[in-house]
Formats: sequence, structure tokens, C-alpha cells
Amino acid sequence: MELSLRRILALAIKEFLSLLRNPASRAVLIGPPIIQLLVFGYAATYDLKHVPFVVYNQDSGRLSRDFIARFAGSPSFEMIGDVQDQRALQRAVDSQTALMAVSIGPQFTSDLEQGRTSHVQFIVDGRDSNTAALALGYAQTIVTAFNREHLAPHSRAPAATVVLDRAWFNPNLESRWFIVPGIAGILTLLVTLLSTGLSVAREREMGTFDQLLVTPMNPQEILAGKALPGFVVGTLEATLIIAVAILWFRVPFTGSFWALYLGLFCFLLSSIGIGLMISALALTQQQGLLGTFLFMVPAIVLSGFATPIANMPKVVRYITLIDPLRYFLVILRASFLEGAGASLLWHQYWPLATIGILSMIVAERLFRGRLG
Amino acid sequence: MDAIVVTNLTKSFGTGPTRRTALKNISLRLAAGSITALIGPDGAGKTTMLRTLAGILTPGTGEVTVLGHALPKEALALQHRIGYMPQHFGLYEDLSVQENMTLFADLHGIARSERESRFAQLLTMTALGPFRKRLAGKLSGGMKQKLGLACTLIHPPELLLLDEASVGVDPISRRELWSIIHRQVVENGITILLSTAYMDEAERCDGVIVLHEGEILAQGPPARISSPLQGRAFLFELPEDLPTRPRAVQSRLSGLPGVIDTVIQANGLRIVTEKPGPPALPVDLCGLGTLRPAPPRLEDAFVSLLFRRGMRRRIATPGEAEAGEDSVVIEVRDLYRRFGDFTAVKNVSFSVRKGEIFGLLGANGAGKSTTFRMLCGLLPSSSGTLRVAGLDLRKAPAAARARIGYVSQKFSLYGALSVKQNMEFFASAYGLQNRRKKTRLAWALEEFELSGYLGANAADLPLGYKQRLALACALMHEPDIIFLDEPTSGVDPLARREFWTRLNALARNGTTCLVTTHFMEEAEYCDRLVLMSLGEVLAQGSPGEIKAAVRRPGEPPPNMEDAFIAIIEEHERTSRRAS
Amino acid sequence: MTWMRLTGLIRKEVYEIVRDPSSIAIAFVLPLALLLIFGYGVSLDARGVPIAVVVDHPTTLTASFIGQLQQSRWFVPIHYAGEAQAQKAVTDGSAAAAVWLRNDFTRRALSGSPAPIHVIVNGVDANQARIIENYLNGAWSVWIEQQAQASGIHTRAPVVAEARVWFNPAMRSRDYLVPGLIAIIMTLIGALLTALVVAREWERGTMEGIMVTPSGKMEILLGKLIPYFVLGMGGMLFSTLMAVFLFRVPLRGSIPLLLACSSLFLLTALGMGLLISILARNQFVAGMVAIVATFLPAFILSGFLFDIHSMPKVVQLLTHVIAARYFVGLLQTLFLAGNIWSIIVSNCLGLAILCVLFLGLAVIRFRKRLD
Repeated sequence: MELSLRRILALAIKEFLSLLRNPASRAVLIGPPIIQLLVFGYAATYDLKHVPFVVYNQDSGRLSRDFIARFAGSPSFEMIGDVQDQRALQRAVDSQTALMAVSIGPQFTSDLEQGRTSHVQFIVDGRDSNTAALALGYAQTIVTAFNREHLAPHSRAPAATVVLDRAWFNPNLESRWFIVPGIAGILTLLVTLLSTGLSVAREREMGTFDQLLVTPMNPQEILAGKALPGFVVGTLEATLIIAVAILWFRVPFTGSFWALYLGLFCFLLSSIGIGLMISALALTQQQGLLGTFLFMVPAIVLSGFATPIANMPKVVRYITLIDPLRYFLVILRASFLEGAGASLLWHQYWPLATIGILSMIVAERLFRGRLG
Repeated sequence: MDAIVVTNLTKSFGTGPTRRTALKNISLRLAAGSITALIGPDGAGKTTMLRTLAGILTPGTGEVTVLGHALPKEALALQHRIGYMPQHFGLYEDLSVQENMTLFADLHGIARSERESRFAQLLTMTALGPFRKRLAGKLSGGMKQKLGLACTLIHPPELLLLDEASVGVDPISRRELWSIIHRQVVENGITILLSTAYMDEAERCDGVIVLHEGEILAQGPPARISSPLQGRAFLFELPEDLPTRPRAVQSRLSGLPGVIDTVIQANGLRIVTEKPGPPALPVDLCGLGTLRPAPPRLEDAFVSLLFRRGMRRRIATPGEAEAGEDSVVIEVRDLYRRFGDFTAVKNVSFSVRKGEIFGLLGANGAGKSTTFRMLCGLLPSSSGTLRVAGLDLRKAPAAARARIGYVSQKFSLYGALSVKQNMEFFASAYGLQNRRKKTRLAWALEEFELSGYLGANAADLPLGYKQRLALACALMHEPDIIFLDEPTSGVDPLARREFWTRLNALARNGTTCLVTTHFMEEAEYCDRLVLMSLGEVLAQGSPGEIKAAVRRPGEPPPNMEDAFIAIIEEHERTSRRAS
Repeated sequence: MTWMRLTGLIRKEVYEIVRDPSSIAIAFVLPLALLLIFGYGVSLDARGVPIAVVVDHPTTLTASFIGQLQQSRWFVPIHYAGEAQAQKAVTDGSAAAAVWLRNDFTRRALSGSPAPIHVIVNGVDANQARIIENYLNGAWSVWIEQQAQASGIHTRAPVVAEARVWFNPAMRSRDYLVPGLIAIIMTLIGALLTALVVAREWERGTMEGIMVTPSGKMEILLGKLIPYFVLGMGGMLFSTLMAVFLFRVPLRGSIPLLLACSSLFLLTALGMGLLISILARNQFVAGMVAIVATFLPAFILSGFLFDIHSMPKVVQLLTHVIAARYFVGLLQTLFLAGNIWSIIVSNCLGLAILCVLFLGLAVIRFRKRLD
């Protein structure tokens, strides 16, 4: 079977024009991804900043004020006030005006001065247990630092201590470095799915699909022509987003672009394949839309974008194996932060390529099947 | 009392450079209890007018008073008293006939006690009684229109506005629709304003308004509008054993000076001249038939009015000699197509010769589109033989499809692409390159007079231009056979004439044309045709042969529509007897 | 407005819903599938994290520390012979962190001089890295305590922090994630249901037929809103049941209050969908906008995963127009904390403002006219 490059190109150009000449789809392709990258890039962070807390300080001594000052001065916490009794403390936490409350007993300063251990209560709001756990960790760090300075002369520090030598690839543990490349992956997926997932259904509804079928184009050429704009749009979109990530968000790029773009190619292959599969299945745009949606939402949630795949139960982890985004996120993060080259990413490339080729084959079958 | 009073109405859409004035300074009055037809080419402003009168478009400037309600202020009050049926009446396809009617009864606040009798009355009138429980989506086109009409008549209205209610409906359903509409005027004194593409429908109305580019060209009773044509309409009667095809004669006649319109009719050619007096026929044509004056029709007046406005029908470039070959290029034998238990096409056989214009006639759901799609290779057949240019297109190599052209229903084009981009795409899709592509593009622009719209989006073109563009795209690669699926649906008489002129020229150059249509008069333009109903071929042959088959001695010669109805009724009788 | 017209429109919508199963699928199958996938798929609780361990000079002391790591449910220690291998394990992802006890660890610890436990984590997932670090610290402090008791040495820290985690003492992330997920899923469903159905009426031309009837625009809008509201509440109820009985999330607030808040939220989400479809008038655009404007913003800006306080001020302001933000707060409180009025009132107020805004705009922008 011979494929005519000229015909494929003509179809691809047509697809491009209909994407770009329609103000609605043009807007969807260009505006939201950039806005979303900027907003989400800032919004999606696990680094706690300004955790609001209240203090219930029953001690009037110098040391308790010193202790509180350390919290108030930390960028992670933001003191929003003192409370005078336990009821007020409870109200503050209940109403989420404070995420954490620090309760200091009346003997704090005197205990410390006399070399006794004083107890401080940290009450955190467990409605968001991730934030709670992180806030507690931060608090513990501050307490440890405080302890080191106020070590009673005759007591002895525990000999063995945990020393975090290094957090590799991300020394300051900035979660934005982790999240922003993830957003790049998500937005690339979104754009390619929207530009391919509905393309056949739209033509079917407009009646131009029949027109296309009676031309000498064969199904393979039509598929190729429909896939090509996805590649171009996806590559441009991804490049733009990666540029913003590097230049605007200052996420370090330590790997090789060659390895990243090889990964991008494999990823586009699979996401376009899936988009075309949806396209071939959907008889109406509504079905295409629902299909795109039904694929995209789990693909994002199960990709390891926000929560680690390792935490998922086994069954769900198996499901993630067919999620192209999962592999691409690894490629993105490894390229950005870990400085990985193509040789290290082989285990991400081949599943992507496999998903891509399989979905293209299925799309082609479905496509021919739908023709009768 | 006047039901509708419009003074100096102007209505525009859009802003800036895309601003388009749909109605220009319109003034009119319609008497209560009358039935008036709104006719005009596409884009004349008919739908805008009806929508404005229904209160769903705000009048731009000017005053509009309908049933005493000033619009747009009293639109809601007006809507209690009118019925409006949009062009593609939106029935809820997932609701049954009964449920659709109940919905509209609820919306119009019909008391439950009155409902049953009203429903019964409407169902009897529309003959939909047996289908009460059927989902609207499963009704035939004609039944859908009748249900739509029933839903608009539910309250009952004092004024009925109908936008092309009979488009896409077969002759039988069309007659039924008309009898319902007439009864509303006669029995209930309802005022009716309707737009239509059928001149015979307009001719039956009390008054006619001819709209063109948002202006009223003429207004009055049909007879008064056609009276200036007195002495300008002629019939050139041709014998049945004419040695050449009538359309060859037609193209000769249409080229004569002073002739503004020629149409093939039941037993000859209808000629309309620019000035009173018969056309000067060339000597060789005189001997072919007899020329006699004919009473003018509304259609003649319509064409002549638009002719004066500069909408000239283009004269086809005379082609080469008529193709003498007689080879069969399309052959269909014992064709069946089933969808589940439903047989859409039953035992269909016919053949088409090279250079013929072959018609596939029938109502919606007759199976002509299904047959058509099978011929183009878009749908597999369940059984039977299909040969197009000696090949089955479904199994043929892709290159074989380069020999056919296809114009689908609704002129499917890429709406977001410009005229030029559409043409370039189809040229490349058919593998045209370099010089040939360039010359064909130039040819299409010239032939279809599209240069003025080169950069416009296909979606924004007037319907007539969409049709031209669709045809241009399908002919870009000079196919041997062209398939046209309802190419004239919803198109005004002028654009239809233009279309047929083009088709004649194509056929003369040896291109085989396969056309489906539900305009019975267009059947006359075909060389040969098949009549389909419920998936079966009821009759086939030349128009003359088909009409001759139903002609009864002592009765006037039937036209194609009469023949169609007679054949279907006969078929129904025999099949009932059989079952 | 008449009752007959309204019921007529509602009845029509119900028939359409019943006969076109896609809306029922959106309302019930979608939450089921999404909640199952999300409920099991989204978890921040690390368990059995593989951790590379290098012990240069094994002694009973080092063995007891590694034993402590082994005992905690967080870690699975894997022994490596040298630092290089451990580092390689961290690089290629086979271990999330490496712990290295040097040659002199035991000697130093026994002699009382500082004995560092070196830790390297893979920082790519900063959040996970921090959690692992916290876990390690936790395991370490337990071990220190045990060591001190065993040896009778009294190590005394000047200040001991006591942590109290209210509402979720076990810090099960599922308990707070599932209510958040319900909020996100309902945002999707609410917007999608109405976004597509009104646009569909425009496309099929049924809207034109309805518009020329005497029904007012409030009747037409309510006729759309009420059936999908009922359908959406069905989906909501279904999701709540799944949360309580399948995911075992405690429901401490009152059920009527939960229903009331959900109704308010659903109205807001439906209002947004309605507005989208009134503005778009075609299914393709309406669907695209619904996807772009609902799922990702709700996922990222609602505070369900990412703490709103930690966002820049501008973004924080932006979260106020995300309906899911209020609903996440409401659901987390109602499920885990109970009827805390200050939160319920403030969040409901936010929702009510958005609800009035969306529905109000929908009413204003919806005209019984084509131009």
C-alpha cells in the first residue's frame, strides 16, 4: 500500500487551518495552557508558607516569647494572634482561621531555667492531614534548633542524630521544581487530546467525513493526516511550556534536550494514538468529548503528578502502566532535575512507544470498522 | 383588520466590516384571515422576517405590530397567540408523538380537560393517530413536519408563521401538509404567513411577497404579480419521439436573444421572453415542435423580476458534440441493504450509461440516500452487485475513487476554511499538483464565479454559493462520474436553474451525473430516472415513459408529481392486497 | 410563570434524560468510576518505602537502629555494601533514600560524641522527600528513647513538642482526600451536565421552537435546572454513600446540613454549566470550556491537595472564584470535624455569592431571542 505524502500533507494543512481559523479552538489551544501554567505553577506547591497559627501562651517569661518569635519569624508560619483560653484556641482551629495552635504552659520559662523539660503542645488541623504532617515536621525542626541553643549545661544531647546530607536533584526541596514539569506534561496531554479526539466526530457531524472518504485517500492516509497536526501542535505547545518553566519559573534544566524531545515524541505518539482511538469510536462530538474527558481525568490523577504512584494499591499501580502521562512525567522530571540522558530513560521510552503503536493500530482498525 | 403591520423595518446583523443588512426598510400589511407566501432567493431575508414577526429577533429600526402587539416589547404576550414553525422544526426526537404534543400543550397552558379532544382532532388531521407512541426521531421526514405543524397548532394560534415547512418532504406529504394549512384558514380563520421555495405553493396563496436582498420586489395576489408576463410566456411543445434530448434543445433556446428563461416541462419547453412577443426561433428548431403562448405562472414572474435585478442566469458554454457512446458506467443489480431487521434497500436494479443525467427520486426514507452511499463506497451492501466504472468502489483501489466526484447533502465543506483553502484541499486530496492544480483552480474560480468570495469562510457563504463551491470541489479533478445527493434541497428556483444548466453542460461533455432529488419537476430534467419508495424501485425509465405508464385516456397528461403520487398509491394498493 | 409550563418542561427533560442514557451515565457512572480510581489512587501516605542502607561497621547498635526502621511500617530497608551502590539505587529510583552509618558510628555514639546518621533523599518529589525525612526523624526519635531507657542514661531535651492532630489523629490522607474528591467530581458533573444539554438544544434547533411559545425565560431555565439538580443530587448522595461505606470516612457533621451545602454547591456548578452553554451555544465549544474551566482549576486551586495559604496572594484571590474551594472546605469540615458553624457559614456565603453570580449572569445572558 502506498501512502501519498502529498495527500497526507494536504489533509494536515487542512486540519491545521480548521484548528487555527476557528476562534474558539484557537483560543482553547493558546490561551488556557499558558494561563493555567502560570496560575498552577504558583498555586501547586506543597511547600508550606504562611501557615496561620495562634498561640495560647500561659507563660509570661522571656523564653516563651523567644520561642514564639522563632515561629513568627519563620517564613513557613504566620502568627495571626494570641488566644487567652482553651475555648478560643479550639474555636480558632475549628474555624480554620488557624491551621496550628501552639499551647505553652505556665511553667515554660521556669522549667527551662531550672533545667527541667518543658512541654509544648502543637495542635494541628487534621482535616488536611498532609499539611498537618508537614506543619508538624516544620515545627519539630524549629524546636530542635531551639533546643540546641538552650541545652542545659549538665544534660547531654543524644549522640546519634539524623543529618540530612543532601536532597539530591532538588537541594532545597522546592516542590515547584517537581510540579511545574508535571503541569507541562498535563497541558501537553490536554492540548493533543482536544485537537485529535474530536476531529473525526466533528467531520462526521458536519458531513465532510463522507466527502473525505470518497477521495482517493485511504484510511491510513486520513489517520496520518489527522495525527500530524497533533504532533506539531503538541511539540510547539510543549516547547512553549518548557521554555516558560525554565525562563520564568527558573526550574533548572540539567538533562539533555535530545532525551526530552525523544520522550516527547513517544508521548505524543501515544496520546495522539489514544485521541484518534476516541475519535474513531465517537459518533458524535458529545461522545468524543466525554471520551476525552473520561480518559484525561484518570490519566492525570494516576500519573503521579500530585501523589506518588508508589502509594497506590497494587491493582491501581497496574492500571497506571497504561497511562502514557506516567512515563512522560518521569522523563520530564528526570530531564529537568536529575540530568538524565536518553540511556537512563529507556524504560520510559519503550512503554510509551508501545502504547503509541498499539493505539494507532487499534485506531486504524476501529476506523476501518466504522466505515462498515 | 390587519394582522401584521410593519413600517420601515430595517434589521442588520454583526458589526463593523462583517455587518450585513438582512432587511431594508420593509413596510407591509397583512389582512387577518389571509394566507401569504414569502418567496425570494436564499439570503433574501425570509427567515429573518419570520423570526422578527415571531418576536425572537429584535427589529432594528422601524415599527412592527403583530396582532396589535408592538414588538419587541410585547413579544411574550404575542407568543400566546401565534404559532411559529422554524425551518428545521426542533422536535424532541427522544420524545414520542404524544409527549411532544403534551409538552407544547403545557407550554401553551391548554387546560387538561380540553386537551384530549384537541389532540384527537390534530392527530386525525395529520393522520398521526396510529403513531402516538412512536418516538419523534423514528418518524419519516413528512411525518415529522406534520407533527411539528400539529405542535404549533395546539393552542390554536391566531397567526401561523411557517418557515419552509415543506422542504425535504415528498409530494404526498406535501399535499397533506397543504390541506392542513388550508383548513386552518378556511375553518378557523387563522392568518398565515409562510416562506417557501416551491412556486406552486406560493401560487395557491392569497398574496405573495417577493423578497430580494432584504427588499420587497413585489407584493400582491399571485395573478397580479404574474400579469406583466402576459404575452411573454410560451410553450414549445415537443413530440415524444424527439431525435435529440430535450435539454439539447433547451440549451439552444436559452442562448437566444430576448429569452430570459427556459424550463423543461411535461411535454416540451417553457420559454419566457424579455419583452412581449414570441422568441425568434432558428429555422432548424422550428421544425422540431410547435410554439404556442401559455398563461404566465408565478415562477415566470419571479424569474423575470430577479432577471431585472441583475441576477442573470449564466449561459452555459456550449460543449462538444453529444457523447455518442452508450457504454454502461454504473450497474446495480439485486441490491439489498439491511440495518438490523429493517431493510432500507430492497432488490434495487438499474444501470446508467455514460454521459447520462440519471435521477434517483423519492421521499425521505425512500432509500435513495442509502443506495447512493453504497454506490460511492461509503456503505457496504448486504447483497447484490454494484459496479461503478466497472469496479466496486468499496473494494477498489483508492485510485479508482479519483474517477468519481461527490457532492453530499447539505454541501459539506470545511466551514472554518476559506473558499480558496477548501478548493486547494480537495485539489490536493485528489492528487492534483503543480500546473494542473493551478489551471483547475483558475478554472473553478472562473466557472463558478467565486473570485469575489476567495477569502470568505465557507460557512459564511450564502447557500447558493455553498452549492457552487461544493460542486467546484467535486469537479476539481475532472471526474468521469459525479454523484450529487439532493444538490438542490432548500435552494431557490434561480439557483436551481443555474445548477441544472451546469449539469447539462457536464453531461454534454461526457460526464455521467447521478442525482437524487425530491423536487418532482426536476425529474423532467433527467434523461432517465428511478422512482423509489420504502426501499424499492417502483418505476424506472425516461420521464416520458414514466408519465406514459400512468396516463389515463381522457384525462389531461399528468406531470411528474401526479405520476409519482399515482405510482405510489398504486403500489400501496397492490402491496396491501398482497398482505 | 405558570406551574403547568414549568412541569411540562421538566417532564420533557426527564424523558430525555431517561431515553438518552448518557446523562445518567454522567451522573452516576462517572462518580462511581472516578471515586474508585481517585479514592484508591490518590494517597499521600507513604508505605513500605524502599530505603537503601549502608552500614560500614555492623554492631548491635547499628542493628537496633536498622531494626527500628524495619519495624516502622513506612520503610523497607535494603542493605547495600557501599555508598556508591546506595547512591546508584537512589539515582535509578530503586530506593527513595539512602541511610549511611559510617565506620565510627558505634564508637562515637557510645563515647558520647556526635554520631551522625547520614541521609540522602531523592528530592525530585519534594513533598515525598520531606515526608520521608519526617518519617526518618520519627523512627530515629523512637529509637533514641528506647536506647536511653535501655542504658539508663537520661537524655533530656529542653523542650519536648507534643503533637495533637485533631479530627484525623491517624493522619489518614484518604479521610481528607475523599471529601475533596467528591467536591471535584461534583464540579465536573454539574458543569458537564448542563453545559452540554443547553448547547444541544441550540444545535438541534429545539430552542427556537421553545422560544416562540409563551414560556418565559425563567421557566425555560428552571426547566433545565431542576431535573439536572435532582440528577446531580442523586450522584452526590451516591458519592457520599461510597465515601462512608466503602472508604470508611467518618461523617461527623449532620446529614441535613451536608445535603443543604451540597444543594447550594450543585446549584452553583449547574449555574456555571448553564452560563457556559448559554454563552457558547454549541456543544463543542461548551464542552471544551467546561473541561478547561472545571477539572484542573478544581484539582489544583481548591485547596484539596495544595494548601491555599502557601499560594501567592494573587493566586489566593483567584481561588475565591473557584466554587470547589468552598465545597472542599465544607466537605472536609462536615465529614471530619462536624457542624462548625463559622466555617459552614463563611463557605456557604462564598458559594451563595458565586451561585447568584452564575445564575444571575445566566438569566441576564439568556434571552428569548436569537440576536
